[in-house]
Amino acid sequence: MTVVDLSSRRADAAAAPPRAVLEVRDLVTHFPTRTGVVKAVDGVSFTVERGKTLCVVGESGSGKSVTARSILQIVDQPGRIVSGSMLLHRPDGSAVDLATLHPRGREIRAVRGAEIAMIFQEPMSSLSPVHTVGDQIMEVLLLHLRLSKKEARARTVELLRQVEIPHPDKAVDRYTFEFSGGMRQRVMIAMALACNPAMLIADEPTTALDVTTQAEILDLIKRLQQQHGMAVMFITHDMGVVAEIADEVLVMYHGKVMEAGPVDQIFHAPQNDYTKMLIGSVLKLEQKAEIRLKRAPLAEDAPSVIEIDNLKMHFGSPAAPIRAVDDVSLQVKAGETLGIVGESGSGKTTMGRCLLRIYQPTGGAMRYRKADGTVVDLVTADKETLKLCRREIRMIFQDPVGSLNPRMTVAQIIGEPLLVNGIAKGSELDDRVSVLMDQVGLNPDWRERYPHAFSGGQRQRIGIARAISLNPRVIVADEATSALDVSLRSQMLDLMMRLQDELKLSYVFISHDIGVIRYMCDRVSVMYQGRVVETGSTDQVCDAPQHAYTQALLSAIPRPDPRLRSMHKRHRYIA
Amino acid sequence: MTDVAFAAIDQRKVAVASQWQLVWWAFKRHRLAMIGLWVTAFFYLIAVIPGFFAINDPSQQNARAAYQPPQGLHFIDTAADGSWSFRPYFHPTTLKRDPQTLAAVHVPDTSRKIYVTMFGEGYEYSVLGVFSARTHLFVSSEARQPLFLLGADRLGRCVWSRIMQGTQISLSVGLVGVFLSLLLGIVLGGISGYYGGRIDFVIQRTIEFILALPTIPIWLAMAAALPQDWPATLNYFMITVILSLTGWAQLARVVRGRFLSLRTEEFVTAARLDGASEGRIIFRHMLPSFASHIIASITLAIPAMILAETSLSFLGLGLQPPTISWGVLLREAQNIRSIATAPWLFAPGIAVVIAVIALNFLGDGLRDAADPYNK
Repeated sequence: MTVVDLSSRRADAAAAPPRAVLEVRDLVTHFPTRTGVVKAVDGVSFTVERGKTLCVVGESGSGKSVTARSILQIVDQPGRIVSGSMLLHRPDGSAVDLATLHPRGREIRAVRGAEIAMIFQEPMSSLSPVHTVGDQIMEVLLLHLRLSKKEARARTVELLRQVEIPHPDKAVDRYTFEFSGGMRQRVMIAMALACNPAMLIADEPTTALDVTTQAEILDLIKRLQQQHGMAVMFITHDMGVVAEIADEVLVMYHGKVMEAGPVDQIFHAPQNDYTKMLIGSVLKLEQKAEIRLKRAPLAEDAPSVIEIDNLKMHFGSPAAPIRAVDDVSLQVKAGETLGIVGESGSGKTTMGRCLLRIYQPTGGAMRYRKADGTVVDLVTADKETLKLCRREIRMIFQDPVGSLNPRMTVAQIIGEPLLVNGIAKGSELDDRVSVLMDQVGLNPDWRERYPHAFSGGQRQRIGIARAISLNPRVIVADEATSALDVSLRSQMLDLMMRLQDELKLSYVFISHDIGVIRYMCDRVSVMYQGRVVETGSTDQVCDAPQHAYTQALLSAIPRPDPRLRSMHKRHRYIA
Repeated sequence: MTDVAFAAIDQRKVAVASQWQLVWWAFKRHRLAMIGLWVTAFFYLIAVIPGFFAINDPSQQNARAAYQPPQGLHFIDTAADGSWSFRPYFHPTTLKRDPQTLAAVHVPDTSRKIYVTMFGEGYEYSVLGVFSARTHLFVSSEARQPLFLLGADRLGRCVWSRIMQGTQISLSVGLVGVFLSLLLGIVLGGISGYYGGRIDFVIQRTIEFILALPTIPIWLAMAAALPQDWPATLNYFMITVILSLTGWAQLARVVRGRFLSLRTEEFVTAARLDGASEGRIIFRHMLPSFASHIIASITLAIPAMILAETSLSFLGLGLQPPTISWGVLLREAQNIRSIATAPWLFAPGIAVVIAVIALNFLGDGLRDAADPYNK
């Protein structure tokens, strides 16, 4: 186990004199529908300069991706650029207006990849699974630079070395499925860099990646930018990433630019109300929730509701099992919120599902103390006991769309647990549902509506109402806020904490986001490769982590403050 | 994208719109499918009361009308004084012999007009065996001069009326056959998809075996094995059973696939955690999710059944005369002499084509509209 300090590895190339690479003026992109026009981009102007990073930030549906796609004229059908200009300045002093080029013409094809390259969010679907990595990069070189096959291969190996793929001479003949998500994104970057583009457009390139991998990719893009003097247009919804890498920031909302300016000004002296709200909701998640500050501290000797001992969940053949959960022991105390934090593949979701026995654990014990004081082992409980326990232990799902049956009304969804458990029916059920909807902040008049009529945040409230309908004692919340925009997250967490006080709930709160953990949780357990590496009070784990993995994880998280850039000080954890 | 697709409809209505409402709205925007729906509905209306749309008794033989060509309808009746009125009529024909070849020739007598009566009285027919009626959509005003709108066949039977009568058998074979396949398909596909494991393995291998059988020889062999002396209704039923024996396999695969993908949906997990029983999960949560897909698959399976019945009967191994179906009618057009002397005997083929295309359009539209939540 070693910790590598990366601070000395930061390249210090002299920044090239700033000069505009791309000037976008009054860009308008519309999506005509049968009944009207969706103005996805509505009069956006900005300039991207050589060697600088412009971050385009906004919540889902703000038009940030369409803006990027408009530049390369790869907007999905039936969208089209209506007006505006996009001047691309070439090194020889000439300029071309990309908005006037034909989307399938030769001129724009010459720009794509060669002068402006793009990387996408999902590296698996943007790479071909049936060609080797080398073939795909070489194709770009053969097309745009007309190199010979041998030269192209040598250059490909060199590019893979630049993006720090181990053993580039062997990796060149591998297929994409043999790489991890982070490595695939490196391959995408290598492909984007193949022709030394003047500008790189990165559309949420790190959203699908873990924080530690994200830090590596951000660092790589930064370093390559300094080496090549590229202009970078970086699209993200993560304000931490913006603070870490941006020179200039463009805040978008509903297709319009809300505010544009240097990163420090956006974070420390925002002018626009929307920007203020956005920054405010991000900063709110940087500290403990106000509700928790007001609460009396939880008694040290509070009785535990659930005690998990040596829980094991193995998948695959018993001979060579995949240990998704490997010897985990935890306690959930009455009235507390226990956070489970970890990266993808750490086993946190599997652990949560074992708690409700959606998966049958391979071994261990989960002792649940029922309301009447009797103790049940959930691992071995029979069907009837399990059904009773599942009334008291409920779950909130990550996906607010997939977890609600689109073919049932809200009243039916929320009332389902009451109905199937024979607790209420008829007009009594109707009343109970109205009370529940009121409790989670939904208008009871909406109970005949179907889930498609609700926004993501409202759908998650429906999910919460369903979870509390049986007066549970423990709720397992699996990434309950990660599908929501940042401005909604704190609202949702506040609602959950209010319900905790009203209903005396305990939460098992599973998340990859240390921000919401810090906001919400009393204690936190850090999981890594199926094991719990550290458990402690949230303050202690977040501020003074003991385990090297926790330290590496925390150091990789970008802070939403451009004055506290810390990525270059991060540690790498090697088990 | 639900909100974009249904932007024209009042948002308050969309909010409380059930699955079927959304499917119907999406389907309505598909123009070809709507045409398909109307045509299909019209065909099934004919199938319910073929006698009303027929002109002459479809079994009535008429030696003087053998190979009678179609008689054109004239709509505008001009009187001698130059005034005109809308009054459909046709010219009666007389049978003559060509003096050289002695072939029968039907010569229209343009001096005489026989008017067509709408909703007139004609031969007596029974409606679904419940009651009998005499009213027809249109009949010749002179009982002794029948109207042959699409001509007559070898025995002087009215082709138009026989097509109408054949609609009943041909379209209901499709419906009954698909219903039997559906029953087998949903039960076996559902068991296969829901339980998985060894049961799934056995059912899937069986399906693969059935799909590997060459259908036409199997149909021929089984149809040939039916005793000739069975009554027409039993024969008809056995033909539908034979057709559906191979049709259920595809449907079972569709159902199994939907079950497999739904089993991992989070709302199904949520229902299980709510304490819902297995039966409730299947019928309340999973079945509505793919009911629309199944309806679309069925609609696309009916034309295949119709075509299969037509081919079998055409080859003489399906339904037997005197039962009237489109395939049976097409047997009249099997030889070169028919093509040369009486091309109108192919008219049932046109009915088959229109019905199959309309059902396919309808099925395509339904398939596109089947899942209004994932666009």
